[in-house]
Amino acid sequence: MIKQLRFIRIVAVLIMLAMAGCRNGDYIVPPVTTPVDTPVTHQRYKGFYLLNEGNMGSNKCTLDFFDFTSGTYSKNIYATVNPNVVKELGDVGNDIKIYGSKLYAVINVSNKIEVMEAATAKRLQQIELTNCRYMAFANGKAYISSYAGPVVIDPRSPLGIVAEVDTATLQITRRVEVGYQPEEMAVIGNKLYVANSGGYRPPDYDSTVSVIDLTTFKEIKKIHVDINLHRLKADSDGDLYVTSRGDYYNRPSALYVLDTKTDEVKKRFAIAASNLCIAGDTAYLYGSEYSYNTASWKINYGMVNVKTETLLPGNFITDGTEKNIKMPYGIMVDPETKDIYVTDARDYVSPGTLYCFDKTGKKRWSVITGDIPAHFVFLPAKQ
Amino acid sequence: MRISLLRSALYMVLAGCPVVSLQAQQRSDSTRTKDLREVSVIAPRGGKEIAPGQQLKGAELQRLNSQSVADALRFFSGIQIKDYGGIGGLKTVDVRSMGTNHTGVFYDGIELGNAQNGVVDLGKFSLDNMEEITLYNGQRSSIFQPAKDYGSSGSIYLTTLKPHFEEGEKRHLRGTFKTGSFGLVNPSILWQEKISKRVAASFSGEWTNANGRYKFRYQKRDKDNNALGYDTFAIRRNGGINAFRLEGSLHGVMNGGEWSSKIYFYDSERGLPGTMVNNRFIHVDKQWDRNFFAQSSWRKDISPRYSLMFNGKYAYDYTHYLSPDTAYFAENRYYQQEVYLSVANQFAVTKWWNVGLSGDFQWNKLDADLKKFSYPQRFTTLVALATSVSFQRFSAQASLLNTNMNEQVKLNTASPFRQELTPAVFVSWQPVKKIPVTWRSFYKRIFRMPTFNDLYYTDIGNSNLKPEFTTQYNTGLTWNQTFHGKMLQEIGVETDVYYNEVTDKIVAVPGSSQFRWTMMNLGFVKIKGVDVKVKAAWQLLNELLVSTRATYTFQEARDFTDKSDSFYGDQIAYIPWHSGSLIIGGTYRAWDLNYSFIYTGERYNMKANIPANYTLPWYTSDLALAYTRTVNKTRFRLTAQVNNLMNQYYDVVANYPMPGRNYKFILAVNI
Repeated sequence: MIKQLRFIRIVAVLIMLAMAGCRNGDYIVPPVTTPVDTPVTHQRYKGFYLLNEGNMGSNKCTLDFFDFTSGTYSKNIYATVNPNVVKELGDVGNDIKIYGSKLYAVINVSNKIEVMEAATAKRLQQIELTNCRYMAFANGKAYISSYAGPVVIDPRSPLGIVAEVDTATLQITRRVEVGYQPEEMAVIGNKLYVANSGGYRPPDYDSTVSVIDLTTFKEIKKIHVDINLHRLKADSDGDLYVTSRGDYYNRPSALYVLDTKTDEVKKRFAIAASNLCIAGDTAYLYGSEYSYNTASWKINYGMVNVKTETLLPGNFITDGTEKNIKMPYGIMVDPETKDIYVTDARDYVSPGTLYCFDKTGKKRWSVITGDIPAHFVFLPAKQ
Repeated sequence: MRISLLRSALYMVLAGCPVVSLQAQQRSDSTRTKDLREVSVIAPRGGKEIAPGQQLKGAELQRLNSQSVADALRFFSGIQIKDYGGIGGLKTVDVRSMGTNHTGVFYDGIELGNAQNGVVDLGKFSLDNMEEITLYNGQRSSIFQPAKDYGSSGSIYLTTLKPHFEEGEKRHLRGTFKTGSFGLVNPSILWQEKISKRVAASFSGEWTNANGRYKFRYQKRDKDNNALGYDTFAIRRNGGINAFRLEGSLHGVMNGGEWSSKIYFYDSERGLPGTMVNNRFIHVDKQWDRNFFAQSSWRKDISPRYSLMFNGKYAYDYTHYLSPDTAYFAENRYYQQEVYLSVANQFAVTKWWNVGLSGDFQWNKLDADLKKFSYPQRFTTLVALATSVSFQRFSAQASLLNTNMNEQVKLNTASPFRQELTPAVFVSWQPVKKIPVTWRSFYKRIFRMPTFNDLYYTDIGNSNLKPEFTTQYNTGLTWNQTFHGKMLQEIGVETDVYYNEVTDKIVAVPGSSQFRWTMMNLGFVKIKGVDVKVKAAWQLLNELLVSTRATYTFQEARDFTDKSDSFYGDQIAYIPWHSGSLIIGGTYRAWDLNYSFIYTGERYNMKANIPANYTLPWYTSDLALAYTRTVNKTRFRLTAQVNNLMNQYYDVVANYPMPGRNYKFILAVNI
């Protein structure tokens, strides 16, 4: 009997342990701050934000900040600055911009534009917009492209829209229907140019740039360019650099120049361009072109002189570091120092790397980022 | 009258089973005139199992009151269940960190296939008519089995209840009704009928309906001062399910053999509740599944030295997926077919030496309404040669499996012809006669074919993929002892240490944007593990019987794919270092009480072992109390169950929240 009691006691203790066994709370992941550079005196900018997309469904879109004045890189600052935002910044960051004193981040799968204080990344408000993609700003307005238009007769292929947001009230004021799955935009004069991809409709890709009159907020024309358009960047002469992603099979990726005075294509570069950044007279670009025919991808780096519209020889990375970059995913050039920043998204499901190159193409430093580092914005020194 | 009508209906349905069963029936009819005593339904010859698997069966299985096979499998050591939450949620099993695609699942002896994605959703299989669940690491160490049984890194055998009648019994009927949390309404029926001395029929039907709703919570705190960050409760929606399962089978015995035929039909509609990410807690995706198969098995000892077995199956699976989101509308239908034929032979060379030879053929086809789809077909031929020696205290088995694979496509490029030869060796030795301790070890090399999705999924598949290989080395000890007249009646300890390698692991790698991926043979994983299982039965008081069962698993599964990656050498995603379970079940007169506990330790939800990917341990306690009473030969059993007693909110898979405390009530009536 004593033995039996002892057994029951042991079982009781085990059960108590099992039930009471306390687990630590789920903690907010604190930022990781790494000194990467000596402090740099910078006239125009205090630093830059880097938005990490995070793999779809992982809810791991994060915000990093590089501070020029201290030379430190802080990874994942949003969650700590905004501990009360449920499930943090969200799922798949797709664009980041500063306009006035506000920082705007498009969070694609979370269907929102997160609006923060530019200086602190403290949350102000969110703007709801289904499947939002990219932003452009002009005259106190934000223009945001979205894959989701109104439900039309054929729900399989809704046209995309661009929403106009008043940056003072942060309310959507107007919407306009554009092409299929619209991507990047630029405002030239009183016109908004929108690159349409049709990315949800292969093999029936869209191949146009929509032109929107900002007064009437109506699409006034479509410029035929090439299939599956993505990037759209303006140079200082009113030309647009537009990229086509191709069809990943036989139609290659290419770069086009659009003249906004005539609204016509004036030049095609037979070069794969996945992303580009125009600083001064030079467009820095890379291509990571995937082919399903060969199940392999080609990666290239290049420069275009946007004044003469000619391809410049060579690579902007000159020290061989490009061999370490598995999947270039973001690019930005500092207009002041001409330092070049390139991100490596690697396998998309693990932390990426940010590389900083000087204007001669030598690596200055690199740092580990969040998952899929992709989109940059400079924080002005004075606001 | 109604019963006999039903019975003839059952016959008619079963008549559609493959020819093998009809032949078998004729055979058994022709031997009917012989003396009944000659009829012996015995386990196949070929000696004892060298490495017995882990098993849950009978009363022990019933006491767990698990909803699905997946829930019961959590109590095995060495496995991890990926559970996406809820009654309709996907549940897959990963044996010893080699990946879910490496687990073969056998239903009444024949493998359940899914050539499309290689994953069997164990959440779909009910425990209502299940007799036993057995997990074998490596393979079932028998040499008299189909070639396919040699073809997985780990195998799970699901065995449904076989009719078994006592003298004078002709019919068993059982009705069960389950209800409780998640809006569950789950009636089921099991009907067994003795048709003749040698033939019995069984029919099982089940309807599962639930709205799948449950409350979940996400909460974060500051690591330094423990200040509350966000704390939110929400309701998991779109997790409803409406499913029917119908199963009918015939079982027959003959001189030195047996046969069975069965048909299975499952039809379901379910919501896919999706990931819970910022600002998006509502999903509208739906999935419809329809699974049908008919299978037959026939086995006979032809002569004292020679035994023969046939197996055959036809399966049809239909999946309809709908994502009616206005942002990204997707609707796809997939149709899969499988034909499987197997013949297995065993020859006893001497009393202690057996040789087995089996040959299987399998045809798989996948149709889909995707653009540019390949419409693949796969023809697989497997031949297995095996031999075993078996002495009093030593036994060993070696097998060699040859697999040939041909594929055809209507569009795009077909995967090239593949031929693979893979070995396995098992040994078992009891060093001292008087001490019931056995040492066992095995080595096995096997592969999994890339799935049709890996090879041909439009814009993602890569038809150049090679098979993904696993190599397993395992050694362990077992100790089993029974005591008479003691409080501790029975004890069993099993412990194994193992080392596995996964090479040419098929992983998704990015195409040119994060929405486009492709598949590559890139991964390399090394796995070291320890499994411990302890089982004991106690007689505490005269009428108080207690059984206990505990498992513990240690696993170190590290990614050694690419030295330049920051996560080189890190633990792979979702594999905890420590996990374990405990079951304590007691029976006192008409009362049954069962307590079960599951622990899954800390792990990372992505490749890099960094704080951003850290996932908290979780552990749940379930408690069930049952009362059984017999009135006029009718047995009633009433069960009340509380799951997740401590109301812990947790994720098994990141952003797929699991339910907190929930309840279930079961009434079972046996006539």
